[in-house]
Amino acid sequence: MGLTITEKIFSAHAGREVRAGEIVEVPIDMVIGNDITTPISIKAFRESGAKKLANPDGFSIVLDHFIPAKDIASANQAKISREFAWEHNLKNFFDEKDMGIEHALLPEKGLIVPGDVIIGADSHTCTHGALGAFATGMGSTDLAYAMITGGNWFKVPETIKVVFTGKLRPYVTGKDLILELIRRIGVDGALYKALEFTGDTIENLDMDSRFSLCNMAIEAGAKSGIIAVDEVTKEFLKDKDLAREPKFYYSDEDAQYSDIIEIDVSNLEPVIAYPHLPSNGHPLSQAIADDIRVDQVFIGSCTNGRLSDIEIASKIVKGKKVAKHTRMIVTPATQKILEEASKLGYIKDLVDAGAVVSNPTCGACLGGYMGILGDDEVAISTTNRNFVGRMGARSSKIYLSNSAIAAASAVAGKIASPDNI
Amino acid sequence: MVKIKGQVWKFGDNIDTDLIIPARYLNTSDPYQLAKHAMEDADPDFSKKVKKGDIIVAGRNFGSGSSREHAPIALKYAGVSAVIAKSFARIFYRNSFNTGLPIFEIDEVEEIAEGSRLSIDMDSGVIEDMESGKKYKFKPIPQFMQQLIQAGGLINYAKEKIANG
Repeated sequence: MGLTITEKIFSAHAGREVRAGEIVEVPIDMVIGNDITTPISIKAFRESGAKKLANPDGFSIVLDHFIPAKDIASANQAKISREFAWEHNLKNFFDEKDMGIEHALLPEKGLIVPGDVIIGADSHTCTHGALGAFATGMGSTDLAYAMITGGNWFKVPETIKVVFTGKLRPYVTGKDLILELIRRIGVDGALYKALEFTGDTIENLDMDSRFSLCNMAIEAGAKSGIIAVDEVTKEFLKDKDLAREPKFYYSDEDAQYSDIIEIDVSNLEPVIAYPHLPSNGHPLSQAIADDIRVDQVFIGSCTNGRLSDIEIASKIVKGKKVAKHTRMIVTPATQKILEEASKLGYIKDLVDAGAVVSNPTCGACLGGYMGILGDDEVAISTTNRNFVGRMGARSSKIYLSNSAIAAASAVAGKIASPDNI
Repeated sequence: MVKIKGQVWKFGDNIDTDLIIPARYLNTSDPYQLAKHAMEDADPDFSKKVKKGDIIVAGRNFGSGSSREHAPIALKYAGVSAVIAKSFARIFYRNSFNTGLPIFEIDEVEEIAEGSRLSIDMDSGVIEDMESGKKYKFKPIPQFMQQLIQAGGLINYAKEKIANG
């Protein structure tokens, strides 16, 4: 009987063949912390008596959630990570000078490599599965354990294979594929499992869409999302100075899956997840019929803050104006994306239309800062969670969408298609 | 014999980490500060009402969302002695274990009423509803995690590894 790509990655790291259900302790190629979660890890690291990191080059700290500091407490919190990074002369430490959202920044820097085992004290660490790596979120104590020992323990997950087939219609992206999957299986439909994305739709999907797709595997409860390396991945990696030798793994034809889900997406419309769960998806045509007025549009985050998101948003609003009662915030995910978007004229078009363009940060996505929703306000957002209170007031409402729909909605002042503005 | 006793607060399905500890309070990891806002977006008065030793009983997928370890820490320091749910989100399950918040899975959560008093016997794996007299067997803790408990938790296990070279 064959193995899945995830079982093969774990087998390679364990030095023996392992299968779903086994507990393994394996070395980790990249351990990721951020300004919110690392301080607890640092405390545990110090309390353990450890003097040095087991694998210094396999540890990154990215300050992204509340940076530049939004208040005194955030400034003090960031200081804990900064001082630790300096004390340990950490190579992979990313502060304001070179900032970005961890799950956009690290692939851009070549620090995520196919075949890796990656953990991060951030639930959206599963994003990195788009590069043919096993990547999962854990808490701060698990992160500390990896800092101290260089590895951690895992239960090798069972895999649900998701086969997407068909050519996507205009304005339908990786975001819509994952929202459609979560709509079908629910927010705990893949609990503890790996989601392996395949099919001709995936073959034709660009890297930005693949990152969005894997990013929201956690919103179905999954441990990880993964897409095997192909020519699209290789093209993304080719000019990067990779931190390690890439290893390409592919599921065997007779690999064991706990389930196989086939979705024909040739007629799929853009999906809008209504409040208050990512599984509450509705087709765009329904949202248009429901006439949903929006106070704020947010384009950004580790889900949809990449160059293609900024590009499509700028093209849709170019020469138009954000509706009078609506605010539009655009947060490029990294400094490099911001720079390229500037060079290409996207930022000017957004600003001319009335959008606010911010520095890279997680910002409004988690109700951190720079775009908090007030009482009863409604937002359409390209982020990953529309939970109660996620972006601000408990009574606020969040609709999740892709970047094209969000941009069109900014101009219309209500949820809209780019074709009708 | 280790027993946990406390009064029940009921919550529904998909209690996510933003409800347990909203991100606006994550500018600190001070457990006592976090405890003041435990469950705030699910029940704004929870941290005032909860008494030391109380038990949360909830539905499916408790702790979904973020990897923030602040969530089990906030509950623990607010006084919550255990969480019983139909199922737990993966990262929260592991974080609770690592931060010493006892959590248990049973299918019959609907049978337990708000305000009931429960007694949880960690050794026999039995939860008793002292109002109704009903007993529930919780799902066993995975064996590898039991070994970690015996080692005194994950960081102590790490210390042993360092000591053994």
